[in-house]
Amino acid sequence: MTINVSMQVNGKAASVNVEERTLLVTVLREELRLTGTHVGCDTAQCGACTVHMNGKAVKSCSMLAMQAEGAQILTIEGVAHADGSLHPMQAAFKEHHGLQCGFCTPGMVMNAIDLVQGRPNITEEEIRHGLEGNLCRCTGYHNIVKSIAAGAKAMASAK
Amino acid sequence: MNAPLIGARVARKEDYRFLTGAGQYTDDVNLPHQTYAAFVRSPHAHAKLKRIQTSKAKQHPGVLAIFTGEDMQVGSLPCGWLITDVHGQPMKEPPHPPLAQGKVRHVGDQVAVVIAETLSAARDAAELVEVEYEVLPAVIDMAKATAAGAPAIHDAAPDNTCYVWALGDQSACDEAFKKAAHVTRLNLVNNRLIPNAIEPRAVNGSYSRGDDSYTLYVSSQNPHVERLLMTAFVLGLPEHKVRVVAPDVGGGFGSKIYLYAEDVVVTWASKQIGGRPVKWTGDRSESFLSDAHGRDHITQAELALDKDGKFLALRVHTTANMGAYLSTFASCIPTILYATLLAGQYATPAIYCEVKAVFTNTAPVDAYRGAGRPEAAYVVERIVETAARELKIDPAELRRRNFVRNFPYQTPVALTYDTGDFQATLDGAIQLSDVAGFAQRRKASEAAGKLRGLGYAAYIEACGLAPSNIAGALGARAGLFEAGEVRVHPTGSVTVFTGSHSHGQGHETTFAQVVADRLGMPIENVDIVHGDTSKVVFGMGTYGSRSLSVGGTAIVKALDKIIAKGKKIAAHLMEAAEADIDYDSGVFKVSGTDKQKTFGEVAFAAYVPHNYPLDKLEPGLNENAFYDPTNFTYPSGTYICEVEVDPDTGTVRVDRFTAVDDFGKIVNPMIVEGQVHGGVTQGIGQALLEGCHYDTETGQLITGSFMDYAMPRAEDVPSYALATRETPCTHNPLGVKGCGEAGAIGAPAALMNAITDALSIYGIQDLPMPASPQTVWKAIRAAQQKAA
Repeated sequence: MTINVSMQVNGKAASVNVEERTLLVTVLREELRLTGTHVGCDTAQCGACTVHMNGKAVKSCSMLAMQAEGAQILTIEGVAHADGSLHPMQAAFKEHHGLQCGFCTPGMVMNAIDLVQGRPNITEEEIRHGLEGNLCRCTGYHNIVKSIAAGAKAMASAK
Repeated sequence: MNAPLIGARVARKEDYRFLTGAGQYTDDVNLPHQTYAAFVRSPHAHAKLKRIQTSKAKQHPGVLAIFTGEDMQVGSLPCGWLITDVHGQPMKEPPHPPLAQGKVRHVGDQVAVVIAETLSAARDAAELVEVEYEVLPAVIDMAKATAAGAPAIHDAAPDNTCYVWALGDQSACDEAFKKAAHVTRLNLVNNRLIPNAIEPRAVNGSYSRGDDSYTLYVSSQNPHVERLLMTAFVLGLPEHKVRVVAPDVGGGFGSKIYLYAEDVVVTWASKQIGGRPVKWTGDRSESFLSDAHGRDHITQAELALDKDGKFLALRVHTTANMGAYLSTFASCIPTILYATLLAGQYATPAIYCEVKAVFTNTAPVDAYRGAGRPEAAYVVERIVETAARELKIDPAELRRRNFVRNFPYQTPVALTYDTGDFQATLDGAIQLSDVAGFAQRRKASEAAGKLRGLGYAAYIEACGLAPSNIAGALGARAGLFEAGEVRVHPTGSVTVFTGSHSHGQGHETTFAQVVADRLGMPIENVDIVHGDTSKVVFGMGTYGSRSLSVGGTAIVKALDKIIAKGKKIAAHLMEAAEADIDYDSGVFKVSGTDKQKTFGEVAFAAYVPHNYPLDKLEPGLNENAFYDPTNFTYPSGTYICEVEVDPDTGTVRVDRFTAVDDFGKIVNPMIVEGQVHGGVTQGIGQALLEGCHYDTETGQLITGSFMDYAMPRAEDVPSYALATRETPCTHNPLGVKGCGEAGAIGAPAALMNAITDALSIYGIQDLPMPASPQTVWKAIRAAQQKAA
């Protein structure tokens, strides 16, 4: 059966008619063509699909689109500033080489932004623990950890 | 003069698109009127196909077509490397059909494909395809595969043996063992791994009736090779009628080198359904079942030493798993890329290695980051460390006594090392890792009820594949050169086309650094294009840490031609002799005068040739080069790992990991460090966490998801201490050796040496990988019971 789902995505109203079983990530990628949100697994383990729902990081592959009815969704496409310049967390990933193939990157950045909210001095240990739901096969995490620590500071000072 | 770009930590040009969601991976490509494919896969490891009923599935709404092996009579997926066995006979090459013909040979083998209007319709209908199987006994264990009476997986290989191959002087080796003062023996298993690039494989194929051509978007490390294999060997299509695009690719690690069945099936199917594009994106379960796996060796190794600890000989017998079919480069991994590295960093005078490759009812096994070289480094570095312990010689000292010190060095296993300084990387690692402080740290651990161990690995690898004539003599069915093209635009900016493919390595930046540095122009004026057979003249792709040493050199050769032609143009413009023109920092100068023309002025003259030597020189400024290396490159280094083991739980924590590598010249240290971080983490994954397991009776993949197969996560690994030493490669103009695989090659042995050091108080000499808490705990308990 087809249902209607309405939400705000990256600040814009979005309304789609989809099968009930449709996942949020499918709506984002296939209906709204926001292909920056990726699918890397089918068991909610890799975190490549992480987006923000009402300000909190969620895995968009493990929730139905209808669960996002009325929600504010932020995807990687909505993170940079309106002039195209990078958000401090994105800039930190670039500066510290926190990405290689780029596939896990959107999920990493979305999780990182949520993780460091109000924690400008987050420790390496806390960052590593906070990344337990995001897999990266390229970077060995070393530079992701550095990027997030730097991004946390940059986000705090940008406020 | 601008600051040199070679050697600078230039932030990556490609990052903006990846950080803003603007990357274009294959699954992001959607074509007009696109359809979706879902595969019906075998639930059995070994079975005869009795009957495939598709009528119910065909009636499912949205289904356009269903094809089985009977419908798809095409060529076999080829193997690109012919191994000749000890009797001079070619290896057994059983057919590998894209859709199963009469029999399935591993869980996940492709039986049928459903094409439908939507992905959910295709998947729903795939569930409705009824397949009647006659289940056959499966062969999963390598040891059982070649036992008498084992069921044959292929008619062409009744004993399930693909080949028995050998390298080295067996009698010299045997003689040396007779004279040995000490022999160290070790039985090793190199555990089977599943590559798990985070982007699953994907393909979108379409046929165009208008010009009888095909376009294929595919998550591949080498689009030209994909096209060549698909057209010439499987589908029999004219190569020029097929365009293969490998856009942004979300990691490869070897697993995306190969021509896969799905790629061929969707390309073929698009024509069958009248030309609509057919898209398939694997889900993670399909990746586990159908991506080529890695490693999977069982090895007996023996090292003979004299009374002074000098190595006399190394004798190695390995059984290597090929899986159910020969994947594209499967046959060369446990042979050419393995046995040739058994000299390691040491001047061992005699080496003999025998390899038996066997078929089993498991997914195909092929190159995975390091490909044969991690297995070799594991054998050498585990047995050297074990010998040091048996002889009570410091492991670093034993290595020093045996290092190769004079270059070039001809090994007894076919390679010629051109350069290296093994002492320098060892000493560097000892210093950086503070080996001197280890005893103190061990005491602190022991005071906390923990055990601490330290392990070395001094690896060498052969990269920069490869001199084509040598590879050809060893059985390669392809050349291993690389192609590059430098296109200077009329306004002086530059587009470079490379046959190398970037799927995380950062070529768009590194290659641009090389080009901008050589031409003396801002890096912003240089773009690198790769991954499209319609744009790039040819390419052998990216694997074996070859991109910069082979692909980069092709670009340098093309740049040399650009500068040479530019000098001719500049000489004409300035009415000077060509021999008097120098090129430096973006300017052509007449030496000894103040006359000069900028690169941009010369480029403009080439495209607006009003004042131009048209009688002697073609207009335009665009040059191609193909580069075939004269030798492999030999990155080397020493890794030192320190672990802390909790004897109560068996948990191993990697406390410190130090890598000192010699990659020759380095173009972008930031990117090189990232490659080492990633490689080391995969190596730690192999040693501590990862292991592919099939049920040994039924052949079901037990580790078939991220919940069952332990991938390294951020908390499993430490931050790393890295440094480099530099002996430039002697045979390419950049002096580079390659850095992509080193981490995965050196790390497992360093880690297992550290763990066995920590456990030495129990008399434990060896442990299987991965050293999971259960494995370690059981080993400790067994040792304690034995002692009691």
